[in-house]
Amino acid sequence: MIKSFRGGIHPNDNKRYTAGKSIEIAILPSKVIIPVRQHIGAPCSPIVAKGDLVKKGQVIASSEAFVSSPVHASLSGVVTDVNEYPHPVFGKCLSIVIENDGKDEWIEGIPVERDFEKLNDNEIKDIIKEAGIVGMGGATFPTHVKLSPPKEKKIDTLIINAAECEPFLTADHRMMLEYSEKIVTGVKIVMKVLGVQKGYVGIEDNKPDAVSIMQKAFQGTTVEVVAIPTKYPQGAEKMLIKVLADREVPSGSLPMDVGVVVQNVGTIVAIYDAVIKGIPLIQRVTTISGSAVKEPKNLLLRLGTTFKDAIDSCGGFVEPPAKIIMGGPMMGFAQSNLDISIIKGVSGILALNEKDINTGTQSPCIRCGKCVSVCPCGLNPSMLSILGEKDMYEEAKLEQNLFDCAECGSCVYVCPAKRNIVQYIRYSKMKNNADAAKKKEALVK
Amino acid sequence: MSEIKLQDNLFTISTSPHIRADASISKIMWTVNLALAPAALFAIYHFGIPALIILLAGSLSAVGFEYIVQKLRKKPITITDGSAFLTGLLLAMCLPPAIPAYMAIIGSFIAIVIAKHSMGGLGYNIFNPAHIGRAALMVSWPIAMTTWTTLSGKVDVVSSATPLSILKLDGYDKLISTFGSAPQMYKAMLIGARNGSIGETSTILLMLGGIYLIYKGYANWVVPVFMIGTVGILTWICGPAGLFSGDPLFHMMAGGLIIGAFFMATDMVTIPITKKGQIIFAIGAGALTVLIRLKGGYPEGVCYSILLMNAVTPLIDRFMKPVKFGARG
Repeated sequence: MIKSFRGGIHPNDNKRYTAGKSIEIAILPSKVIIPVRQHIGAPCSPIVAKGDLVKKGQVIASSEAFVSSPVHASLSGVVTDVNEYPHPVFGKCLSIVIENDGKDEWIEGIPVERDFEKLNDNEIKDIIKEAGIVGMGGATFPTHVKLSPPKEKKIDTLIINAAECEPFLTADHRMMLEYSEKIVTGVKIVMKVLGVQKGYVGIEDNKPDAVSIMQKAFQGTTVEVVAIPTKYPQGAEKMLIKVLADREVPSGSLPMDVGVVVQNVGTIVAIYDAVIKGIPLIQRVTTISGSAVKEPKNLLLRLGTTFKDAIDSCGGFVEPPAKIIMGGPMMGFAQSNLDISIIKGVSGILALNEKDINTGTQSPCIRCGKCVSVCPCGLNPSMLSILGEKDMYEEAKLEQNLFDCAECGSCVYVCPAKRNIVQYIRYSKMKNNADAAKKKEALVK
Repeated sequence: MSEIKLQDNLFTISTSPHIRADASISKIMWTVNLALAPAALFAIYHFGIPALIILLAGSLSAVGFEYIVQKLRKKPITITDGSAFLTGLLLAMCLPPAIPAYMAIIGSFIAIVIAKHSMGGLGYNIFNPAHIGRAALMVSWPIAMTTWTTLSGKVDVVSSATPLSILKLDGYDKLISTFGSAPQMYKAMLIGARNGSIGETSTILLMLGGIYLIYKGYANWVVPVFMIGTVGILTWICGPAGLFSGDPLFHMMAGGLIIGAFFMATDMVTIPITKKGQIIFAIGAGALTVLIRLKGGYPEGVCYSILLMNAVTPLIDRFMKPVKFGARG
């Protein structure tokens, strides 16, 4: 029996909507809206202009910065606009609109057939960088940066995050069932680049079919496929490392500080496509689900497809949704409209009804302690919420480990007083950061 | 576009998480009330109609006082959440069956208006409101609060005094002889065929309710286990005839310990929030109970020991913070 991490919750996983449905290639949209910023790091600048003809796989925005990632055309067609458009995370972002010419032509030189054994580590990293690959679990941190740890950090373990602990989402699950060979090769590529011998694939035990397929696929390798207890937030990097490698990432440190690199399943598939086939990141598997969606599906979608087109591919709505969410219901981002486009980190689009979201009026904390017992970070969320409510954010930072909160939302999920605990925590963090920035500014002056 | 018409094409936005468990304060409070029901029903069977009157007077007047206070404070009326009803019910269960009903109502007033709402209402009170109500009645009407008239109940009440006061005044041998024999005494204490406060007598039914709460996740097992355990161990060690000559089984079932440990010392609002803190709280409350029972002037000390531990709860919380992830390196 594997020892789980401390805390955590067991929400209804709601994966039944799409767990049994094969990945379906979505009908190509008439246009895509591609934001130049789809990652954490320096934003890209467009290198095409209105009226340009572009082909599938062509770089349309790039940046000189190391911590950045280029953006590619996901369709062939004409650039009809370069302007500000709604963005699922940043609100608004400079985006490139491409009208589909129906030809779906690759730019010259794609696809190819390569043997990764013949490439050296730097060549592979360059391919990954040029292909615009970022963490596809939702964090969207540029992958080539993660694969280039500082020399003094000795990496000995690669962990593949296939927990998929967010309710509703089944994209990783389906990829494991349908792309198992790609995943095996992708993992080998990453292990070669990192120079590590030991690998783990962590899959929550609510996906027994994925566990057995992956175990078969990885037979005879140094990669161990482990069924881990289903519990949110098992997919949080630090929890996954704790459970699989029994290492506790110190507060304020990164996984590489304990010799571990974590990659998401989707990222591994993208790495395979880029290194072996030469295909940049222009599409991804996304789960379209929720009680308000007519026919929930796992879709292979071109980046830049609007939420509306994606939901229409699933037959539209059966009832007016109360909330549209990018990502999972625990940590995803609510969207105000459907003209948002799918970016690299969109693992799911959920349309939830009133009953699912079960909101209520916030009342004072009754100190039931549920939040304390579920907090995987070992904090006192009750106290943090009260301090946030009273604007005592400095005390939250100094005495209650404010910045150790991973914002997983478990406390809010269990709270019987319906308190907006994580929301107060985010507010307190923001206030502290603003104060720190002010102080720094004053010091410069 | 889909067939479903969307209003303005705009959706609710808020930050994550977007789903919440089906939990609420009223669900918790009514479940605790339900858990108390078997012991309360037994009390009515055991002590008769006077017990029913006190139970109704306590719980209904508590709800009424809450309504008046919230109206005066211009706060949302939350009388249906079950918390005021619970406070009144708990208070009534800790009163002697022969007490006049108006005293129970005054106790409810003190519990709801002074102990709960003058502190800010649900969630803000430092002390267990029901116990504050009981303590106030105890100092105001000490005679009425300690008069244990034999009532015309269906179950034979062996003495007009409570077992703990027999122990205090006449000693352990007299206590045994009152019940006939030690096994008969244990049986009476387990079922509840003894004198005492309305709702405190039936060990078995109170434990049933308490275990149900623990099963539902609304109470923590550490508090009753550590509190009752501490009382058992200390009374065994500090026996009347020297070390390890005590009767822990009697002390664990006597007085208000079972109702106190399962229903008062688990009151979320007034106990520490971390498990470690709750253990300290429970051991402290157990030890104080034994101190009062064996060395104090009163025969029983559960109420005061819980109130005293309520007072140090903020202090316990300050020192017993959870250990953050990654702190151990």
